[in-house]
Amino acid sequence: MNEFWSFIFGRLTWAALPYDPIIIITFAVVAIGGLVVVGALTYFKLWGYLWTEWFTSVDHKKIGIMYMILGLVMLLRGFADALMMRLQQAIAFNGSEGYLNAHHYDQLFSVHGVIMIFFVAMPLITGFMNYIVPLQIGARDVSFPFLNNFSFWMTAGGAVLVMMSLFVGEFAQTGWLAFPPLSGIERSPASGVDYYIWALQVAGVGTTLSGVNLIATIIKMRAPGMTLMKMPVFTWTSLCTNVLIVASFPVLTAVLTLLSLDRYVGTNFFTSDFGGNAMMYVNLIWIWGHPEVYILILPCFGIFSEVASTFSGKRLFGYTSMVYATVVITVLSYLVWLHHFFTMGSGASVNSFFGITTMIISIPTGAKIFNWLFTMYKGRIRFDLPMMWLIAFMLTFTIGGMTGVLLAVPPADFALHNSLFLVAHFHNVIIGGVLFGIFAGINYWWPKAFGYKLNVFWGKVSFWLWNVGFWLAFAPLYVLGLMGITRRMRVFDDPSLQIWFVIAGIGALVIAGGIGAMVIQFAVSILGKNKEWDTTGDPWDGRTLEWATSSPPPQYNFAFTPVIHDNDAWADMKKRNAQRPTKGFLQIHMPRNTWAGVVLAGLATVLGFALIWYMWWLAALSFVSLIVVAIIHTFNYDRDYYIPVEAVADLEDRRTTLLAGKN
Amino acid sequence: MSATPTTTADAPEFYELTEHHHAPHGSTAIGFWLYLMSDCLIFATLFAVYGVLGGNYAAGPSPAHLFDLKLVALSTTALLLSSITYGFAMLNMDEDKKERTLFWLGLTGLLGAVFLALTLYEFYHMIHEGAVPQRSAFLSAFFVLVGTHALHVAFGILWLGVLMVQVAQHGIHASNRIRVQCLSMFWHFLDVIWIGVFTVVYLMGMLR
Repeated sequence: MNEFWSFIFGRLTWAALPYDPIIIITFAVVAIGGLVVVGALTYFKLWGYLWTEWFTSVDHKKIGIMYMILGLVMLLRGFADALMMRLQQAIAFNGSEGYLNAHHYDQLFSVHGVIMIFFVAMPLITGFMNYIVPLQIGARDVSFPFLNNFSFWMTAGGAVLVMMSLFVGEFAQTGWLAFPPLSGIERSPASGVDYYIWALQVAGVGTTLSGVNLIATIIKMRAPGMTLMKMPVFTWTSLCTNVLIVASFPVLTAVLTLLSLDRYVGTNFFTSDFGGNAMMYVNLIWIWGHPEVYILILPCFGIFSEVASTFSGKRLFGYTSMVYATVVITVLSYLVWLHHFFTMGSGASVNSFFGITTMIISIPTGAKIFNWLFTMYKGRIRFDLPMMWLIAFMLTFTIGGMTGVLLAVPPADFALHNSLFLVAHFHNVIIGGVLFGIFAGINYWWPKAFGYKLNVFWGKVSFWLWNVGFWLAFAPLYVLGLMGITRRMRVFDDPSLQIWFVIAGIGALVIAGGIGAMVIQFAVSILGKNKEWDTTGDPWDGRTLEWATSSPPPQYNFAFTPVIHDNDAWADMKKRNAQRPTKGFLQIHMPRNTWAGVVLAGLATVLGFALIWYMWWLAALSFVSLIVVAIIHTFNYDRDYYIPVEAVADLEDRRTTLLAGKN
Repeated sequence: MSATPTTTADAPEFYELTEHHHAPHGSTAIGFWLYLMSDCLIFATLFAVYGVLGGNYAAGPSPAHLFDLKLVALSTTALLLSSITYGFAMLNMDEDKKERTLFWLGLTGLLGAVFLALTLYEFYHMIHEGAVPQRSAFLSAFFVLVGTHALHVAFGILWLGVLMVQVAQHGIHASNRIRVQCLSMFWHFLDVIWIGVFTVVYLMGMLR
């Protein structure tokens, strides 16, 4: 009988369920919350609506919004982990063990990193690129709309696996990059590293395919007249980011496959015997990992460029240098990976090379900062929320960038390597750069996506809490790092350090207030009665094409494809008084919704789960189903349809009325 | 259609008012090519791993003990021939000759199957001799590099079979045409990778 159950459930037993009271309470809260949501959706009969209008949608705008929701929900989870770590480190002094055991604490710092990078930052920037790029280039959708839907669901599938690890089994206790031999089967025999591997593999397929999709879109679907050097800067940075994605994620896929072969089959790639070499893993994963940080920051540079020129009422200063700086960063990001492990022992010459290439990256980045400053110079600046985030970004990111240059000096790095100084540095650039950029983007493009502006008061509350909280939380870590405190420590012996951790903990609480204020900002804006409706589609006096259509844009984005004559196409059209056509509409060719993306990604997630728990029959079954469903999908040739003229005319006439009412 | 850019303030065209037809599947070729480049990077990683670990025999068998160049010459011939036959299939598809296209596609699949069978035989033979992937880092790297290529060929054969059914059912129309073109890129890509494997693993392995 036992053999039967272990055949069915693999190594999944009752012991995999949580016994830690913290996790049981979390589980209860999540389960009750989940039941409430499911019950509400069922009661209000919303499942059909969600399925037909959202889950199966191939509309790049809806997929973009789904990415944003995924990223924001996961931000709450990732931040909860951060708060728990801060509390632990603030109290684990003077012989106290704190409130987290080592098993739990080690999972926390691993899952915090994994979630924040893969399931917060990545979905949020992919969401922006999905929503904005087709609008900015005057296209009706991306090149491969079905693939886009599939990519989103693969990302969501990876997130599901990570969330599942909280309640069924455990997560990796290896740090966010799972270096062997610690992540090998001998040191980590349980399900944690396998959750890590399969969550990232499932999500990684989605990311790679969405990269392919967006590159093809930007190259092939630009409106007539939009040459490469007339593209909006956000589109340029998106192009570079997606090139980086396609050129780096396959390396991650390959190296994780090799790690899983070591774990599942017993090969010797990264083992300590039979000729394996663990440093090979470290090299390969950083060959993906360093481009990854530029994947995250480049689109945010793009957002800031749009914000700087819109809210200064001027064309971007040094457009050409901005584009070249972006491209230079794209190329250089492949030549610096070794600075993550100067201590490997590769010798002075190799370390010098990688130290110098790393320092060189600060030159194009500095050029960008000056471009934004000169864009503001003599501009008619409006201090709306996106502009405030831009200023906060420039102040914060510059300091984070400078500590980065400091770390690029190999001798300094030998001292600061693996310390809290490093932790403070990368939070300084990721929060100060990526997250601030995302917040600027949310405040900037929200009226485009939903037709009304976000609440300003709560936006400002959130802005100040975030900024103050960030420095309170991370300045102490710089100090501690310089004093030689290493990262990922659970308990401390030296009581004189406690005050710094207490300050950092207070900072984390202030950031929690910032997140809370942001949630209130969304709620007040969505539920509030006195919305600032945007009837023009151009609430900020924008300069690029996404502001040329209504807010929210119709499914087809543009009834007539715009023709581009200059940079900042929409500003040019406004300046020269371009007339929006109000008649003579044509039918519009659009892709059809499809169930295939949800089903395929669902099967891939089941496959991941089966492999984590050694349920070989389920793995085989889901793998075969995956192939069969994919083949069935290829037999469907009926993938597009025409929106009839009447429907287009109806929508456009309504916009004409709205615009007339405004004037 | 596309107006020439003007810098003067007179009124140029700002919207395309007439219907224009994008070529169907206009982005598919470049999209698929981009995917192939990402796949190429997976192979690049595996080559790098083989380059670093390929000499770590851990007192186990070395390439000179294991490889049978005659067998590899045969499988290489089969795979390279299959690229030529795929080329004939493409030529016939361009002339809308459905039956002949199917014939050459079928022959391509057959040659691919011969290649796959020879690779599997080689694996079987090595495992039988105790040269299993777990034996040394060299063997791990060898099995994964050659095995990943073989998996791609197996997937290509499956795709080829499905595509032949679709061409037989629906004929050569725009959708099927682009699919056959994509598989063509995939197939030739696997040939190029194999030339790398043949050179780096087998020829250079015999010299070690």
